[in-house]
Amino acid sequence: MSEKVNFTIDGKTLTGEKGRFIVDVAAEQGVYIPTLCHMKGEKPAGSCRICTVKVNGRAMAACTTPLEANMVIENNTPELAELRKVIVELLFVEGNHFCPSCEKSGNCELQAMGYRYQMMVPRFNYNFPYREVDASTPKIYLDRNRCIFCKKCVRAIKDPQGKNIFAFRNRGAHLEINMDLTLAAKMSDEQAKAAMDICPVGAILKKEIGFNVPIGQRKYDKVPIGSEIEKLSK
Amino acid sequence: MSKPIVATTSLAGCFGCHMSILDIDDRILKLIELVEFNKSPVDDIKTFTKQCDIGIIEGGCCNSENVHVLKDFRKNCKILISLGECAIMGGLPALRNGIPVKECIEEAYLHGPTVDGVNTEKVLPNDDELPMILDRVYPCHEIVKIDYFLPGCPPRADLIWNAVAALVTGNEMELPYEVIKFD
Repeated sequence: MSEKVNFTIDGKTLTGEKGRFIVDVAAEQGVYIPTLCHMKGEKPAGSCRICTVKVNGRAMAACTTPLEANMVIENNTPELAELRKVIVELLFVEGNHFCPSCEKSGNCELQAMGYRYQMMVPRFNYNFPYREVDASTPKIYLDRNRCIFCKKCVRAIKDPQGKNIFAFRNRGAHLEINMDLTLAAKMSDEQAKAAMDICPVGAILKKEIGFNVPIGQRKYDKVPIGSEIEKLSK
Repeated sequence: MSKPIVATTSLAGCFGCHMSILDIDDRILKLIELVEFNKSPVDDIKTFTKQCDIGIIEGGCCNSENVHVLKDFRKNCKILISLGECAIMGGLPALRNGIPVKECIEEAYLHGPTVDGVNTEKVLPNDDELPMILDRVYPCHEIVKIDYFLPGCPPRADLIWNAVAALVTGNEMELPYEVIKFD
């Protein structure tokens, strides 16, 4: 049987199962810790660092840190909000994020983070890298301009034999997302939609359904990202 | 006290941000009570006739003329505002930023489907009157100091109104969730 332990987030005492990731335990009790690369139940990647919290004074990723008894966690502090805003800004300048022409706009988690942290302009200079778009498979586009390397598609989207459809290629500044063209060509409509939905940005898009939700009715038009979690504690 | 003076311009933009200024609806009557316009497409004053308080810039810098106008605005305005995605990050014109400018011009005048076989003498625009195209599209704040940024494509009319009203009255700006949008 699992062991229940007490811990605090921003001074509020909560109880959760020892060993589970902080981000999941917090979310179930109405405390939103922002994530871009996290998928509940999957092995964490810890790649985006936007879930950074302070545990007993040390900065840790809430998606990779298991809960321990008596942890003192800081989450919603001005310092961490600023740090998260910096991460969002870095992600925006690192790739090519042209929100006005992106089909994911309004449903994009990265953009929603920009709204949540009121990013009026990134403090860094834009990088404007050259990245290829791959539209050669029948069901999906792969637009590398928008990829933030969360690795969600690599971890979650598999063919019927369990083989990866997506994978990373190269290292460091040359890192890019890639797909197995043979396996990607065999994707079903449902799987193509699942891949699009799991992508936090507009790097994977299902063909022939772009802009089908009008402005004003999209996911983050009216409510900030995370408000569905914060509702639980109200 | 005299009214604050506002100047506006559109650089490498589509005039959508200026349309959004007009989208403040009947508040435009309040606006002309609050401020006076100088150089702007709104009143068609072509050159600065006096020092301005607020300069509103739509569009980024894609050619030498944009840079010239932007620097002129910096010289003549106390406060500069980047209005919209193009001014803030280059916007859609900046889609060309990863592509060498030679390739862009050749695609536009020699190889594109609408010019293919038509421009047989392979003329590229090179008149002295034409501003030079820059190597890439630059956000305004990479050329001059910009004081405030209002994102959106176009920025919501309420965002523009709240910002101008806050500047003119000296009150803190209202920023409800719905007014900050990048599209």
